[in-house]
Amino acid sequence: MTWRFGLLESVFAPLAPSHWALAFALVLPLLAGAGAALAPPRRTWPVLVVCLLIVACGAWLMRDAAQAGLLRWQWSVAGVTIALRLNGLGALLLVVSQCVTAAAALYAPGFLRLESPGPQARWLWPLMGVTLFALSLVWLAADLLTLYVGLELLSLAAVGMLVLSGKPEALEAGMRYLLLTLVGSLTYLMGVALIIGHWGELELARLAEVVEPGAVAWIAASLLGAGLALKAALFPLHGWLTPVHQSAWTPVSALHAGLVIKASLYILILLWSILLAETHWAPRFVAWLGALGIVWGGLIAWRAQTLKTLVASSTVAQLGYLMVAFPLLLGPGIAPIAQSLAWQGFWLQLVGHALAKSAMFLAAGNLILATGESSLKGLAGTSRRLPLSLLIFGIASITLMGLPPSAGFTAKWLLLHAMVLEGHWVAVAALVAGTLLTAAYVFRMFRYSFDETAPRHHYQPLGRGMDAIALLLALAALVMGLLAHLPLALLQGGDA
Amino acid sequence: MAWLPLAALAVSLVAAVAIFSLPETARPVRTVINLGAAVCKVALVALMVGRVSLGFEDTFSFQIIGGIDFVLRADALGVMFAGLSSILWLCTTVYAIGYLEGAANRKRFFGFFSLCVTSTLGIALAGNLFTFLIFYEMLTLSTYPLVVHAGTQKALAAGKVYLRYTLSAGVVLLLGVVLLYSLTGDQSFASEQGLDRYLDDHRVLLTLVFTLLVGGLAVKAAIVPLHGWLPRAMVAPAPVSALLHAVAVVKAGAFGILRIIYDLYGIELSVELGVTTVLAVIASITILYGSLRAITQAELKPRLAYSTISQVSYIVLGVCLIGPFGTIGALAHLLNQGLMKVTLFFCAGSYAEELGIHRIDEMNGAGRRMPLTSLAFTVGALGMMGLPPTAGFITKWYLGIGAIEAEMLWVVAVLVASTLLNALYFLPIVYRLWFCQGPAHGVGQWPDEQRLGRLETHGWLLWPAVFTALASLGAGLLAGLPFSPLDWATRVAVGEYLP
Repeated sequence: MTWRFGLLESVFAPLAPSHWALAFALVLPLLAGAGAALAPPRRTWPVLVVCLLIVACGAWLMRDAAQAGLLRWQWSVAGVTIALRLNGLGALLLVVSQCVTAAAALYAPGFLRLESPGPQARWLWPLMGVTLFALSLVWLAADLLTLYVGLELLSLAAVGMLVLSGKPEALEAGMRYLLLTLVGSLTYLMGVALIIGHWGELELARLAEVVEPGAVAWIAASLLGAGLALKAALFPLHGWLTPVHQSAWTPVSALHAGLVIKASLYILILLWSILLAETHWAPRFVAWLGALGIVWGGLIAWRAQTLKTLVASSTVAQLGYLMVAFPLLLGPGIAPIAQSLAWQGFWLQLVGHALAKSAMFLAAGNLILATGESSLKGLAGTSRRLPLSLLIFGIASITLMGLPPSAGFTAKWLLLHAMVLEGHWVAVAALVAGTLLTAAYVFRMFRYSFDETAPRHHYQPLGRGMDAIALLLALAALVMGLLAHLPLALLQGGDA
Repeated sequence: MAWLPLAALAVSLVAAVAIFSLPETARPVRTVINLGAAVCKVALVALMVGRVSLGFEDTFSFQIIGGIDFVLRADALGVMFAGLSSILWLCTTVYAIGYLEGAANRKRFFGFFSLCVTSTLGIALAGNLFTFLIFYEMLTLSTYPLVVHAGTQKALAAGKVYLRYTLSAGVVLLLGVVLLYSLTGDQSFASEQGLDRYLDDHRVLLTLVFTLLVGGLAVKAAIVPLHGWLPRAMVAPAPVSALLHAVAVVKAGAFGILRIIYDLYGIELSVELGVTTVLAVIASITILYGSLRAITQAELKPRLAYSTISQVSYIVLGVCLIGPFGTIGALAHLLNQGLMKVTLFFCAGSYAEELGIHRIDEMNGAGRRMPLTSLAFTVGALGMMGLPPTAGFITKWYLGIGAIEAEMLWVVAVLVASTLLNALYFLPIVYRLWFCQGPAHGVGQWPDEQRLGRLETHGWLLWPAVFTALASLGAGLLAGLPFSPLDWATRVAVGEYLP
């Protein structure tokens, strides 16, 4: 299983341009963020130039990783070896993170112009830069230390961004999030300490070789799992998620729900694949929680009164889709075909959801900004007045519902196929229930918007680009379903 | 010419994108795009029909994920349905432009209208079950905004019911498809090798999959007891009802069942599994139940809706007769019912727009006020009853022969009973139209009369109805000519039984 994460010795040394691409992909977000803090961009085009540069670096790395199968870098700093590696999966996640962050960054100038916030707004840019840096670090890390640094930076930057709006409720929710994420980090750190104390290995590849099943592995896995589940808002540790999004800025929400929580999930499955190679209890436990999460998140979203609650709760349900796939990925005795299908479905679902959920947050933000109302009832008549924002919301929700031709559908297809092959009927039922529940809450929102009897009120005109960015993300998630073999070919990099 | 199916599909998709990107006020441009795309599509489909008659099967495909392809194939059965949908799209577009003149949200309407036709064409040309599923779900999504178009509480409630039925059915269908794929891998509709080789080891699974697939499709085909959404969806504007009943949603379900039985399972395997007899009984029940409910309806559109429930099951029944004549009847009915039903809905919409007529007892003497519309309605109604020389007669004739050939005499009884019931609910309307004294004779008043055009009503409303009425008459009178519905249905049936 660990080979799928590219935890191998690389045969090829990366080419010189790849070194530069890596350096730029990591450093450019930080530099750009710092620069933007000093001189906040008022227009979109400077942001666009920088974002294009960053994505170009990512694309270069992706091309290289696809060709070589695995890229690996190693340095020795003060006696500690730091290693980075990039395989097809990492490259896919890296580029998707860069694209989503770029979308949020491109959206931000228009948003800030309409929101007209205080001087604290300039902090948005460096925090976004740190977020992207930390995300890249997580996808690249090949040892526990780097992973920890990435995770910690990510959490702190996320808290910082989420409280930027400065509203009292944002501060309150942000403080709760900070507290919980610190608890998560602490738990995680204890797990790491246990691993180092017992096996004395930081590097993941070597750790995978020396690790033995037993009480230590179990305890370490539980500690790591609990900490990461809290950070990833996995059911039932998701309570902090909705309040945090309720009052956060739209681009921040998009970034957080789309990417930040996914990083914790990634680390979770990465470490468990090392520590819990031969057990089926823990993955099954997660799967059961996931099934409950699908239903619970769906029900909460269905009963939601405000648009942001709806979008945020749907994340809990969507993460459940990923959780029910855990036994297929980690469990022993899974047929290679089923495992391979589940592996593809898992990451396609994760990537599709990242794109669609950030598109949905941006579209929801546009609707809220334009109508000035955050409740669902306030959406009455928007199908006539704000058709584009609503259409974007609709396209994004096709992916969330998992209807064709979206990435969500293809991912669900792969997962269902794997589950049918392995006879995981409860998981099948959970996926089916999730589809119907998602449709229920999405169309509940649309019913409000199609209401023609509501009184008209004033609509704030939006910047032209704000809808376009969301549309691009939503379309990317939609088309990815039909062109799924392209991202999936990256995932298969180590198969040969 | 692998691009041909894709081009036919893309025409309306591009039209949809163009319409969505135009502002609401750009009415003339939108009209040009709508009509241009519809005419283009008819031309492309006509080209496909020509190619198929010459023996080509143009196929376009690309890989989606390992082992699963997206396939569009122009085969005889597919282009038959594609032809119906493209011709009726053109007529309905003309009608809709007239019908929605001055109404709100036309951009949204025509955008989703085009998407709806794209999905229908995709369903027609889908070359495997996976591709079929993609367009089948797309159809659900693109028709929802059309059903709730009016934005009233009633329309929104109907939309809710519609989604509940269709999305649940979509999930059932998906499960069936996944189960089948996990057994067989990618199974093309064109595959010479049927599922027979799995019969010995997986008989129960095959039956289960068949039940799931047909169960999922039966909701859209409005087979009792899964028909509940259809009468409610009548709140949609008349052109939408016309399209929904004649070609898009209901027919998509019926067409799917055709594909499953003929091209996926194969006739022999379906008989071997014993599923066709069960389906025939259910279809018969639907035929009689739909007719019985239609009689009790006091309003015109719900009566037509229940009539659809009844008529579409003729197709399913014909398939289940297992024999070339039943197949010919079923396939011909797929086309003929479309032509007749679309005529009836056009007329119903015209009555409502011009005279404000919604109830049947308001129709007295409307034949004098709107003679051409009423003539078209009469042709459609007589066709539904299956009177010669209309297209409906051809269908019933072949279905009857098929039933006798298959030695299922109870089916003949069902056909006779259904014809009588059809007469019971259509003849009173025709009688009222022509022989009752009404406002046109100075007795009483129309509910809400408007003078929409120089003729009896707006020309955009009138001519599509007249055209489809003539076409349905022609399909009966000229059934012997090449490229008539009967001729094409015979070609497909021969292909299925004598490969």
